Amino acid sequence: MAASYDYEDPSHYDTDSITHRPQQDQQPYDPTFVPDSVKTFVVHLYRHIREKNVYEIHQMYEGSFQKLSDRLFKDTPWPSVEAVAPYVDHDHVFCLLYKEMWFRHLYARLSPTPKQRIDSWDNYCSLFQVVLHGVVNMQLPNQWLWDMVDEFVYQFQSFCQYRAKMKNKSEQEIALLRQYDQAWNVYGVLNFLQALVEKSMISQILEQEKEGLEQFTATDGYDYNGGSNVLKVLGYFSMVGLLRVHCLLGDYHTGLKCLKPIDISQSGVYTSVIGSHITTIYHYGFANLMLRRYVEAIREFSKILLYIFKTKQYHQKSPQYEQILKKNEQMYALLAISLSLCPQVKLVTEDVNTQLREKYGDKMIKMQRYDDEAYALYDELFSYACPKFITPSAPVYEEPLVNYNQDAYRLQLKLFLYEVKQQQLLSGVRTFLKLYSTISIGKLASYMEVDEPTVRSILMTYKHKTHVVDGDGKVTSNADIDFYINDDTIHVVESKTTKRYGDYFMRQIIKLEEIISDMDRVKLD
Amino acid sequence: MARERENPKPQQQQSPSSISYTVEELVAVNPYNPDILPDLENYVNEQVSSQTYSLNANLCLLRLYQFEPERMSTQIVSRILVKALMAMPAPDFSLCLFLIPERVQMEEPFKTLIVLSHYLETTRFRQFWDEAAKNRSVVEVVPGFEQAIQAYAIHVLSLTYQKVPRPVLAEAINVEGLSLDKFLEHQVTNCGWVLEKSQGRGQLVVLPRNEFNQPELKKSSADSIPLEHITRIFPVLG
Repeated sequence: MAASYDYEDPSHYDTDSITHRPQQDQQPYDPTFVPDSVKTFVVHLYRHIREKNVYEIHQMYEGSFQKLSDRLFKDTPWPSVEAVAPYVDHDHVFCLLYKEMWFRHLYARLSPTPKQRIDSWDNYCSLFQVVLHGVVNMQLPNQWLWDMVDEFVYQFQSFCQYRAKMKNKSEQEIALLRQYDQAWNVYGVLNFLQALVEKSMISQILEQEKEGLEQFTATDGYDYNGGSNVLKVLGYFSMVGLLRVHCLLGDYHTGLKCLKPIDISQSGVYTSVIGSHITTIYHYGFANLMLRRYVEAIREFSKILLYIFKTKQYHQKSPQYEQILKKNEQMYALLAISLSLCPQVKLVTEDVNTQLREKYGDKMIKMQRYDDEAYALYDELFSYACPKFITPSAPVYEEPLVNYNQDAYRLQLKLFLYEVKQQQLLSGVRTFLKLYSTISIGKLASYMEVDEPTVRSILMTYKHKTHVVDGDGKVTSNADIDFYINDDTIHVVESKTTKRYGDYFMRQIIKLEEIISDMDRVKLD
Repeated sequence: MARERENPKPQQQQSPSSISYTVEELVAVNPYNPDILPDLENYVNEQVSSQTYSLNANLCLLRLYQFEPERMSTQIVSRILVKALMAMPAPDFSLCLFLIPERVQMEEPFKTLIVLSHYLETTRFRQFWDEAAKNRSVVEVVPGFEQAIQAYAIHVLSLTYQKVPRPVLAEAINVEGLSLDKFLEHQVTNCGWVLEKSQGRGQLVVLPRNEFNQPELKKSSADSIPLEHITRIFPVLG
């Protein structure tokens, strides 16, 4: 089918560019000019959407759109929506979708003007309102729906960064910001995401699915009974969007709460799109790291890093490839931080550990030391790997205009380093405890060159920092070394690494059963 | 709507009041609504007077302050932070700090509260109680403060000690002499504590055993298989 598209034929481009755009680079962008290949593209995309042909939509969205962008719109925007509208019956929803892609392309390849940022916000408002009112009857690929939520949050973050750089703003820019003060307003952003979650009833759907009353994960969110997947899947991805926005705001507890309906110990719709999978785990892991739940962070980082390690070759041609690699590197840095604070290497799979040692082996040894150089390294890794924190409030225009785009980042960094400092003596005590099965408080104090009350404090700090207490009072241990104190004596309990025979037997039982049933079938033949 | 609602957790011994439910509902149904700000502020004061606590509601309020810094009340924020200290060992205090602008944190009473939190986080109870005594005006507005911190101290002690020397306990909970005797007596009757004589050096307090101060009690999770995994072989077993 793809062969029928004009733009797949390279010779067509030559004629196209010769007849219409002889000096493509020099010619100013004409938003009303629609090349034939774009005509064909929108006509086909529109038809596939009406016919609910998810496979073809996906091909055009992932493949053709990128190819056309590379060939014709490397450094200019796509034709304006008004120019393409006649080819798609002026279909309202299609035009909103087209514009969403138009802005996304613009953000990715050019830099948006202040007015374009505001227009893009307006477009998201119209698009989400249409979806929320339930008049959308389409079936769109998960990739596309994920990209919408992802881009929405990205543009919000980008706007906050832009707005916070007040120092060099022109008077017109400031006037524009004041006039459109509702654009990318934090309440608006959060309420759209929240409305999509609520209206889609996604948490109820996931809940009912557990009881076998509903299918969602099993069909990857698609609706094969003639319905639309758009609201449901947008609602689903909005939970990830909320996690991300809350992380950007430094509200890790609420972020994790928003993600709760999704069981991240299993694969689900969030793993059906690589970008969503990575975004979910990156923010989930980061939030857990900030909440001192190191074991949870290590476990999830390790799992996804292994997954990326094994599958990255399949994404080489994807437009998200660079982004995948960047998040991959950032998560190694976060894993290095988590393991330095909570040295439980046994939780990390072999392949990931090898990569980690290669990238951060030297730094991790230094980070154990807790001197100035170690702090500098925690600072460096955190700054490299943390989300792009934002200050959500508008500037005070009446006061002298200053840049405040770094404020949020500096606060999170400072508080994180504060935590590192509070744990600074723990790595020393670890080293000693590993050497003894029993040791007196006095002896440990003299080894560590501190007095006895200080040693008692350090040991209690160790316990406090390695034991997380939930809202319902449940204590979870992240400790790598177990010990207890009896009066003046510390008893260290060696933690044995127990092999998991159970899983092994389970797998073998299932395998055997498969072989037996295979043999039965052979006999019948 | 089957939304999860967090019931107010009692801190010490209190009962949730009737207003609290409506505020909790507001937070659950409409967490990103600037209009609920005054309700949330009242709810903080209500938590203080009725000795209840709701992290979710307080985070929601701090979030609204973060969105509209000009509406922030330092008095309310300081009350939230004292309540968060009382929620130790939970990391609530840091959760709140993440949302409070740095320039605000450099002012009093926040500077003091951050120092107090630092002492608690690094279990330096002596310094903590000294500092708290110097700042009664900040912490004593919130009833139940002392008991809540004592509960935290006992929590950390129980993670660490099987048998704790009396002076160590005394320092951690800031109780001495006859009051300590009375306190111990109460714990022996109600919480399973046991008093022992140490070798010539005063009293030892035997704390109830748990899997953290007696690692042998830890359930060997390595050997157990979750039920979901077992179900996979049900067809085989049947």
